[in-house]
Amino acid sequence: MPETVAFTCDGRAIQAPAGVTLAAALEALGAREGSAGGCAVLRRSVTGEPRGVLCAMGICFECRVTIDGRAHRRACMEIVRAGMDVRTGEVEFAASSLESPGEERIDCDVAVVGGGPAGVAAACRAAEAGARTVLLDEGAAPGGQIYRHLPGHEAPPAARAWLARLAQSGAEIRAGASVFDAERTGASWRLLALGAGAGGVLAVSTRAIVLATGSRELFLPFPGWTLPGVYGAGGAQALWKSGAPLTGRTAVVGGSGPLLLPVAASLAKAGARVAAVVEQAAFPALAAFVLSLGRSPSRIREAVRYRRGFAGTPYRTGTWIAEARGIGRLEGVVLADARGGRRELACDLAAVGWGLTPNTELARLLGCAVESGAVAVDGRQETGVPGVFCAGEPCGVAGVEAAVAEGQIAGAAAGGRIARLEDAWDGRLLTRARDRARAVAVRMHRSFRLRPELARLAREDTLVCRCEDVPLGAVRACSGSREAKLASRAGMGPCQGRVCGPALAFLFGWDSDTVRTPVLPAALGALGFAPAERAPEEEGLG
Amino acid sequence: MVPDVVVVGAGIVGAACADALSAEGLSVLVLESRFCGGGTTAAAMGHVVVMDDSPAQFALTAYSRRLWEDLAPELPASCEDRRTGTLWIAADASELAPLRAKGEAHRAQGVFAEELSEGDLAREEPNLRRGLAGALRVPEDRVVYPPAAARWFLERAERRGARRREGVEVVAIGPGSVRTRTEEIPAGTVVNAAGAAAPLLTPGLAILPRKGHLVITDRYPGFCRHQLVELGYLASAHGAGIERRSASVAFNLQPRATGQMLLGSSREFAGFDGSVNRGIRARMIRRGLAFMPALAGLSAIRTWVGFRPATPDNLPLVGRWPRTRGLFVAAGHEGLGVTTALGTARLAADAILGRESAIDPAPYAPGRLFDDEESHHEEPGARA
Repeated sequence: MPETVAFTCDGRAIQAPAGVTLAAALEALGAREGSAGGCAVLRRSVTGEPRGVLCAMGICFECRVTIDGRAHRRACMEIVRAGMDVRTGEVEFAASSLESPGEERIDCDVAVVGGGPAGVAAACRAAEAGARTVLLDEGAAPGGQIYRHLPGHEAPPAARAWLARLAQSGAEIRAGASVFDAERTGASWRLLALGAGAGGVLAVSTRAIVLATGSRELFLPFPGWTLPGVYGAGGAQALWKSGAPLTGRTAVVGGSGPLLLPVAASLAKAGARVAAVVEQAAFPALAAFVLSLGRSPSRIREAVRYRRGFAGTPYRTGTWIAEARGIGRLEGVVLADARGGRRELACDLAAVGWGLTPNTELARLLGCAVESGAVAVDGRQETGVPGVFCAGEPCGVAGVEAAVAEGQIAGAAAGGRIARLEDAWDGRLLTRARDRARAVAVRMHRSFRLRPELARLAREDTLVCRCEDVPLGAVRACSGSREAKLASRAGMGPCQGRVCGPALAFLFGWDSDTVRTPVLPAALGALGFAPAERAPEEEGLG
Repeated sequence: MVPDVVVVGAGIVGAACADALSAEGLSVLVLESRFCGGGTTAAAMGHVVVMDDSPAQFALTAYSRRLWEDLAPELPASCEDRRTGTLWIAADASELAPLRAKGEAHRAQGVFAEELSEGDLAREEPNLRRGLAGALRVPEDRVVYPPAAARWFLERAERRGARRREGVEVVAIGPGSVRTRTEEIPAGTVVNAAGAAAPLLTPGLAILPRKGHLVITDRYPGFCRHQLVELGYLASAHGAGIERRSASVAFNLQPRATGQMLLGSSREFAGFDGSVNRGIRARMIRRGLAFMPALAGLSAIRTWVGFRPATPDNLPLVGRWPRTRGLFVAAGHEGLGVTTALGTARLAADAILGRESAIDPAPYAPGRLFDDEESHHEEPGARA
């Protein structure tokens, strides 16, 4: 039997396996007859709607709860602790629980932000090159979304090799560290992170930065998409990988892209009944993509293996989830297809992913140029800002192979091992691997291009901004994201436009508004930290 | 058709002017380089407050606050208008005498204000640090959401026939016309309400951008109820020799209608540099924590900066501009543009119509100050 942890939620005693996230543990609260879990309602939105987990990876801020008197904590980013007091619903404020955080300072040569495949590879290469390297990752352990695995279970084989190499590389690993601010300080950079030891601030001074901040799911608004029970596709998978029970649940997986297959396989493996998998792209486009993989048979084998994972479930192309229905929580979805057909399918779990979108917030805060939504880099993965490198998904969504190659290139370059890529012993190999993966990605994006019908799913009263509950009708007349923000509050909530920004870009072609510091919500006490510019005469009173 | 008045700038001041002028039956065209309420107005706190740095400032802020109060029943919910009142906080016993003097001055001029003891203050705002000496409560001060208010003023003007053109950048104001990047627009009368950018269009206006930082938190309904300002705020905000003054911070906390806490404030002269100065922000936050330690645990979600249009004597420039025929100025309100937008709009309308105002307009006459030093006015760069 795995070890269990006891805590309370709204006064109710809960037992959860050690190591699971709070969001995963709370999903068990939604249990109904015949199931081990169901969607949990974790909070009320600003207009009183029930909300549950959506992204399960720290992006959307829908799963905010109050923990030990501290409001607005993301349940998906917290590991259950014995005795924790969790409150859902109204914000409860307990002044006594608020204390100033401690501080910790680190000096290093290379700071890698993000511990997914690109970040792990970058940290390995930088440290192996002799650079003092720190890997900062928001998760409880490095690995990111791709290498994520159930607590107490072994990591997937590809991850195992890299994580073992990381452990021996000499890189310092700081898990649970969320970078919330970054700025240039003379010839070096300072990163500020939360959550390093006892809720303190970690101030990292570094000569170079590798941004490996990954990607997030693209969410598109459609009627009912805010109902608890509607998750991101990757979100549903992440929730299960972080310990949520899915036995007895009926799932529909929909959206677009190769991610839908492993998600469906994961949900089936987790005990859910997968009622349908629907891909918006039309069959010919899909077939062309699969044929183009001829040179990468491993990918085809992988796809076949995933497809076997949910054998017996229909996989429909040219079909999409057009609406989610239910009162208070998901009860069914409406599927629409390219021929104009519509039908309703009962389910209590909809895993909806329209593709991925790069996480460029930190890069933009540092002043790196972003073109077509992706951070611009040179052949050594260096951005236009000297000393700031970027690898993997932020440079354009291209999957794990590109991420591993680019992470190595960036890590080696940032570590000072190679002045020019051509000089590296394996530089040519890495470049080739990167270019091959990027070429596949270009074909993939073409094949899975989102159809224009998807921009018409949302109605005037469908919410586009879930933090501030702003309907589509309130932003339609605006000239861009900044005006929409001021006129309607869209994008002004704690997710800072991470969900509605890319959606509005798809709907209206709007650029995202300027990135504001902190790039992730941070306690005021942490934001008050400024090591270089302490001005004692300004502090205290009198 | 040539409009009676062209208003340059659709911030809170320009929008209020358009509203007041259209109410007088004048035809109004509003030109805005971006969109209504998107500049300093969007960055403003929206504290409608009576300020007593000088008798003229008191007169204009008290008059304007009365106008906001009259308007309150008409304001839509989006303007988030609330009568929060202001608490001017005395940090220690040495500030009690100035606090009492401030209260007496308010009351003597018909503005209600009441002293709170240390105990009263702790009961009113339990999250403040214990041991603060007391406070002056000015209960009729208000809070509004400035960009929404600006939009509402302009929309009301439009319903009376005013026209707006957004995304139109005015590059020069001459007698009888304004010039944009692409055209010459004839105008009998022009109101320069371009805020911090006003001197770029009307050289000689003594206005400098005074940068400020604000931090906003997630929602904590009930954490604080009044707008809280340290009594030392005025010392930080105003005084002589504005150009040489170093950066300053003061405790200023506002409970938004959403339950969010908006924390300020800072003042510095840094041109139009829109970047967040982390050192100043940290000082500003630590100043806040010194008054309200419980703020430390609140989740901050965003920082922004804005550029107050500051004048050397801390009074706005409102009225006829002596150097250009047909040009009126309504700019230079520094941190009080939201408060005084309504009074300014009345003064501007009175000046244009050549009639008497409810308060003496002489202290705000733009002709009292000229700034003919070119070097002060760089082109505005990236704005927050």
